[in-house]
Amino acid sequence: MSSDTTAVRYAGIDIGSRTIKLVVVDGTGAVLETFQADTGFDPMTTATALIAKVSFDKIMATGYGRNLFELSFDAPTVTEIKAHARGAWTEFPDARTVLDIGGQDSKAIALFDTGKVKKFEMNDRCAAGTGKFLEIMAATLGFDLEDFGAQALAAEKDLLISSMCTVFAESEVTSLIARGEDRKEIARGLHTSVIRRAAGMINRVSSDGPIVFTGGVAKNPCMVQLLAGKLDREIRIPSDPQLAGAYGAALLAAEAGA
Amino acid sequence: MTTDYTSMWQELGLDLAGHDALLNVLGTAYTDIYLSQKNRPEGMGYFDFVMSEVHGLRIKELMDEKAAGRKIIGSYCVFVPEEIVLAANATLVGLCSGADFAMEKVEQLLPRNTCALIKSSFGFKIGRVCPYLESADMIVGENTCDGKKKAYETLGALVDNLYVMDLPQTKTDQTRDLLKAEYMKFKTAVEELTGVTITAESLKAAIDVVNAKRAAIHRLSALRKADPAPISGLDALLANQVFFYDNPARFTESVNKICDELETRIQEKTGAFPAGAPRILVSGCPQAVPNWKLHMIVETAGAVIVGEESCVGERGTRNLTADTGTTVDEMMDAIVDRYFEVDCAIFTPNPQRLDHIQEMVTAYNAQGVIHYGLQFCQPYLMESIPVEKALEEKNIPCLRVETDYGMEDAGQLKTRVEAFIEQLR
Repeated sequence: MSSDTTAVRYAGIDIGSRTIKLVVVDGTGAVLETFQADTGFDPMTTATALIAKVSFDKIMATGYGRNLFELSFDAPTVTEIKAHARGAWTEFPDARTVLDIGGQDSKAIALFDTGKVKKFEMNDRCAAGTGKFLEIMAATLGFDLEDFGAQALAAEKDLLISSMCTVFAESEVTSLIARGEDRKEIARGLHTSVIRRAAGMINRVSSDGPIVFTGGVAKNPCMVQLLAGKLDREIRIPSDPQLAGAYGAALLAAEAGA
Repeated sequence: MTTDYTSMWQELGLDLAGHDALLNVLGTAYTDIYLSQKNRPEGMGYFDFVMSEVHGLRIKELMDEKAAGRKIIGSYCVFVPEEIVLAANATLVGLCSGADFAMEKVEQLLPRNTCALIKSSFGFKIGRVCPYLESADMIVGENTCDGKKKAYETLGALVDNLYVMDLPQTKTDQTRDLLKAEYMKFKTAVEELTGVTITAESLKAAIDVVNAKRAAIHRLSALRKADPAPISGLDALLANQVFFYDNPARFTESVNKICDELETRIQEKTGAFPAGAPRILVSGCPQAVPNWKLHMIVETAGAVIVGEESCVGERGTRNLTADTGTTVDEMMDAIVDRYFEVDCAIFTPNPQRLDHIQEMVTAYNAQGVIHYGLQFCQPYLMESIPVEKALEEKNIPCLRVETDYGMEDAGQLKTRVEAFIEQLR
């Protein structure tokens, strides 16, 4: 490693199902640059365009497209679980629990004091309880995704949504709309159903202490508020929760390069 | 394949088009998963040959045995005692249940939420693609889990030679008597099928043959304790899978030959994986040929599987049958005692399994356990939670996986397995 730690640049790229995130840090872990783009149907072209924008000495890839990236760029990879854990823990060193809800995955992670992953739970197979679920439901209800959480927060009460399956929940929502129910209340009910599932995952890995909430869904204010209420635990949101995985990967690249 | 077995398959009543498709998939999977492995022991060449001829030469051997008057008995479970079958001059083979086939038709007979293993056994029958099943003179079902015992009621209408054996679900003196009564009934049924009366000599000889086969597998398992692991988990799993199909004496000889080679590899510190590779114990549901999904995902991610706490693995092969009996009845008691020790999750309670998992973690120097559960397999999925809890209390990381034979969850499974391996490093 160079004696001037600020001279070396380490990148982390998180190739998610919905967006690709790129973070560049220096040898001390300070963030130098961040970029983000929609994944689209050709993740490697998008990723190639993104990394062309920055200079770096070492790069580490994470996210569902990491193996494709590894093949194209011969870069080391790390799972999104370890990457989010590292990103979240670095920003909040006293945190021992991380919840990441991304486009197609959700996971709850418990950490050791050292920031190492102790245990994790992850959804399998379907989009239940993920960003994709919220996106489809927002469209069904005619809300913009960015506004979905605020609208749900404005509701006076929850409508119970019993199905977590995207397909079944969509028909449940359709029948609620047909019954003339308030779409804000339906929206809130959908948020509550995602939180119920996320809380279940968290409880299987840890029972107390603050929770760092990462991933794109952490930008949704209704999710944050409902999660805090459901678990009665402090929720911490990174400066940009969606970048936590790419940030963690960049830090791990720095660690490996040291 | 060099020899043309088409006429043999035709005589067995196989659906040739479906069977060709199956063999193609199997061949491709074997090439991709097995032959692509690096640093394999040379002795695995035997198993490569066995697999290339699994529906060919081996079936031809069975057909030749049948022509010579020997009976073939097919089974789906490690509770069917091979000793009794061999003693009556018959051959026991495991029946196909490790791949999805003819699923649309299967789901007309079984609920969708039936485990992949049961559905598969039906798929092979309905699709007429399992030459083992079609060549069998008797098919033995066994009342293990609810799924299987109810499925056999339906299978009974699809075949004309199903024999169902009852099994206890608790372990007491009374239930041991039940198992003994069932094994005596089975002995009579096998004797009637073959026309051969089991004698003390034939039973003793059969016990020796099966024990030798188990001892060879025990030897192989013990060698997996070494670091670097001299053999991959995939290859060791294959040996455990072929245990159910092969001629017992030849299998024993081939496994022992591989063990000789592995001993040399251990001395020379030659591994299938580098020294220090993360070591994982797999525990849970059986993985029948060609179910190599989990092992492939784990080992392509850089960890090595050092043991299987499974019916296709140590749960199935643990313990020899005592060979001290001199009369048929004494030997039948020894057989009952041996099988009564099998710690299948259909038993309640089943504390021995938990002990065995922890013993295996220590013995094989595993750093973590992956609990392999087939979706909808209630007994093992139920046990996976206390297993995880007990391991975590001892600071042994445990990943509970619930999957089936399909590949649509392979991406997420890979992420979870890789994250688990990161945890172990």
